[in-house]
Amino acid sequence: MNKPIQRDLFPGALEMMILRTLKRQPMHGYALVQQIKRSSNDVLQIEEGSLYPALQRLLKEGFVKAEWGISSTNRRVRIYKLTAAGGKHLEREVSSFERMLKGITQVLAPGEL
Amino acid sequence: MNWLRQLFSRGRLNRELSEEIQAHLDEKVEELVAEGMSREEAMRSARREFGNVGLIEEDCREVWAWPSVEDVFFDIRYGLRSLTHNPVFAVVALLTIAIGVAANAAVFSVVNSVLLKPLNYPKAEELVALHQVAPGAEGLADFENGLLLSPSMYFTYADHNQTFQSLGVWITGTANVTGMAEPEQVRTVSVSDGVLQTLGVPPALGRWFSQVDQVPNGPVRVMLSYGYWQRRFGGDRTVIGRNITVDSQPREIVGVMPQGFRFVDADFDLTAPLAFNRGKVILAGFGFHGIARLKPGATIAEANADLTRLLPVWMDSWSNGPGSNPHIYEEWRITPMIRPLKQQVIGNVGELLWVVMGTIGLVMLIACANVTNLLLVRVETRQQELAVRTALGAGRTRIVRGILVESVMLGIIGGVVGAGLAYAGVRFLVAIGPSNLPRLNEIAIDARTLGFTFILSVLSGLLFGLIPALKYAGAGNISSLQSAGRTISVGRERHRARNLLVVGQVAMALVLLMSAGLMIRTFAALRTVDPGFADPQHLQALRISIPDSLIAESERVTRTQNAILEKLSAIQGVKSAGFVSEMPMEGFDSDWDEIFAEDKVYADNTIPPLRLYKHISPGLLHAAGTRLVAGREMTWSDVYGLRPVVMVSENLAREMWGTPSAAIGKRMREFPKMPWHEVVGVIQDVREKGVQDTAPEIVYWPPLMENAFGLGPAQATRTVTFVIRSDRAGTESFLTEVRAAVQSVNSDLPVASVRTMQEVYDKSVAQTSFTLVMLGIAGTMALTLGIIGIYGVMSYTVSQRKREIGIRLALGAQGGDVLKIVLRQGTKLALVGVVIGIAAALALTRLMANLLFGVTAHDPLTFVAVAALLILVAVLACYIPARRATLVDPIVALRYE
Repeated sequence: MNKPIQRDLFPGALEMMILRTLKRQPMHGYALVQQIKRSSNDVLQIEEGSLYPALQRLLKEGFVKAEWGISSTNRRVRIYKLTAAGGKHLEREVSSFERMLKGITQVLAPGEL
Repeated sequence: MNWLRQLFSRGRLNRELSEEIQAHLDEKVEELVAEGMSREEAMRSARREFGNVGLIEEDCREVWAWPSVEDVFFDIRYGLRSLTHNPVFAVVALLTIAIGVAANAAVFSVVNSVLLKPLNYPKAEELVALHQVAPGAEGLADFENGLLLSPSMYFTYADHNQTFQSLGVWITGTANVTGMAEPEQVRTVSVSDGVLQTLGVPPALGRWFSQVDQVPNGPVRVMLSYGYWQRRFGGDRTVIGRNITVDSQPREIVGVMPQGFRFVDADFDLTAPLAFNRGKVILAGFGFHGIARLKPGATIAEANADLTRLLPVWMDSWSNGPGSNPHIYEEWRITPMIRPLKQQVIGNVGELLWVVMGTIGLVMLIACANVTNLLLVRVETRQQELAVRTALGAGRTRIVRGILVESVMLGIIGGVVGAGLAYAGVRFLVAIGPSNLPRLNEIAIDARTLGFTFILSVLSGLLFGLIPALKYAGAGNISSLQSAGRTISVGRERHRARNLLVVGQVAMALVLLMSAGLMIRTFAALRTVDPGFADPQHLQALRISIPDSLIAESERVTRTQNAILEKLSAIQGVKSAGFVSEMPMEGFDSDWDEIFAEDKVYADNTIPPLRLYKHISPGLLHAAGTRLVAGREMTWSDVYGLRPVVMVSENLAREMWGTPSAAIGKRMREFPKMPWHEVVGVIQDVREKGVQDTAPEIVYWPPLMENAFGLGPAQATRTVTFVIRSDRAGTESFLTEVRAAVQSVNSDLPVASVRTMQEVYDKSVAQTSFTLVMLGIAGTMALTLGIIGIYGVMSYTVSQRKREIGIRLALGAQGGDVLKIVLRQGTKLALVGVVIGIAAALALTRLMANLLFGVTAHDPLTFVAVAALLILVAVLACYIPARRATLVDPIVALRYE
């Protein structure tokens, strides 16, 4: 399928960022997008819509749960919250990501070849 | 059951998603407006940054989808809706598929019931027929059954084999049952010990025969078939232990076999023990069918080797009487060729059924081609819709799946309708199927047939959906979106698929028509064969057997038969009558033996060719319409005077003495002690085994002869077929008078196998007629579908080329020119199809060579006629659309642009 969206760095990265962001505090979809954009200093240009399928996947896995609530702008929104399973999953993912990153950095480090 | 809940909470999920996304967008717009953007611009920007809402919603749903079942449900709903929007398309496509599936399912149920299903015996795969051949025994080669077993062979095999759990021999026959209302001739099967044990079907009532019933001259016992038990005893369970008079002897009923039980392929009323006398059997007497049950794990090759090893044992253990050389049979080169019992039952009908199955399968392909064409047209008219859907983000797989789901759905609905039709089809097949088709009574639609039907439906759905799906999915979206609105002349490649289909259809139709044509030629050739009797419709045949328990003395038997002849001749409307041991094609087991001519020299230790033996009464030739080629017929005074006279068939006379007339006056005998018999007449060849088989060489003996061994009283032929020439043959009143005439001679004589020779003849060609009807139906279906296919494609082509034709006409082309263009295009397709079809037919009709008679598989006349017919029909099918093309009004055609 030729979806005209900017893919994130690697599969699972978006989910990881969502979980990390939700760990700080529960929030709804729009806020989540803004938060991720902000904290990456707008380096990561994710397509806003692509957040939702990722959220659905996390919901299905039981890593987050959702409740209807009221946003700061007084709208009925679905607020997502990290679950215990989600927290564990995030830890695992982050540590494996760090290992991978270390490996990549070592390879990319200059002068050692 | 989580997925189930999900499936049903689907609506809520969708609503929530939409609401959530809407909230997201609203929030974004609000923020952008707050930043100073106009509301309109903000909305556009929000949507742009969000992405394709529909696609994202779909992606979200997909996360929850239970492996894309929901999409398929959606596609089915969509497909059903679009089908109901095109009822004509739906009905035509469904009917085509339904008829194709029905024909295939019906024929498959026959193939399945006859060829594929195991026989109705426990562990049927262990059962074998003790078939053997004897290439050294000339004359035996024609035997359908190879060399049957003799009682001494049975004893040797039963005593010494190492590969069978059990084995036995059996033979069919007839017997007279008296003492209950009218005397009745019944069908019997006589069995040695081991036959029932081998077949392994327990009795419905009472017990099997055991070794104690096989004592020669011991108490005589009998078992009943289920049908006979119902018919004669009303299913009375107290019959066990009662007596029944068989051939004037009381026999005790010990058991009843269950419903549907047959001895291999033989239906029967009564079965009795053979009770061979071990002390009296000789080497010869090869008249018994052998069956056996292999030990678990034993192979047919091992069993063959086992019996081969026993043949010398057999020759050493028995003899043909003092002074005879038992090793004379070494020359026959007897070779065990054991085959699975199923193969024995099915015989050569497998080939016929596979040919029919193949042709019906071709019809299905043609039907699929037609539906493919319809779908192609449909998909083409839906180009715009598909292009729009693609532009809106529907993936290629999604569209391909949509088309395939729709076509498979068509296939399945057509299949369901077809399965219903197949029930009727099977009844039709059983009704027209040759009554000698093995296992005819077992034919039914079972789970396997239904499974086949389902798979066939799905596969054909995939088949006719695949081409349109591959052709139009995704490819060239933009251009189709651009062009779909305009009726420009379509490119050549768009027509290629359709043209290929037409060519394929014509080719397949040609193959089918060719095979049907060859069968027609075969049937016509059969009709011209002189079977050896004339005007069979007015020839009444019936069989009478006089057991020695009823009339012991031989001459009295012949005089009784003679008296019956006289009574029969006196019936009003009877022109002539005679009797013979069996009429051609009746299928009764025949007598075969060697014959020695006085003027020929025979080497020691060789056995001359075996000849068919018959016994005929004076007057038979006249009554049956069989020609006397030379000499004279026997007379009653020859018969009663026990004069040593004999007659021979024309082919035997030619083989032995060159011409029929040269045979007259020559002398022959069966074995050395027999007096020489003078050949007084030569009789035309008769097609003993059916019109398709060569006429065997026959020796015709008188019905009453000196004892064959030269001592003891004369011998009469006790079981004979009477034939009566009368215009009233076959009518109820006539048969009543015939029975009365027989009873007036002896009230204990039952009349059996009452039929006209026409029926005998028809039965003999039944297999050919059945093939003819089946291939005829297949050919007609193929031709009809082919016409529809060509017509459809040409009509569509013309409608697509309307503008081009309009321009041509506007530029001055005449109607005739346009007609020619269209006709040429259609004819070209038909011609290509015919050429390919001929090539295919040359290869394929060879497969049916064994079903043909009097015509080769490459009969030029049939090929030319069928090819001409197809081209003619194709041109006609093009003509109507071509005519329509000439009527195109240039102004109307061009106004659309």
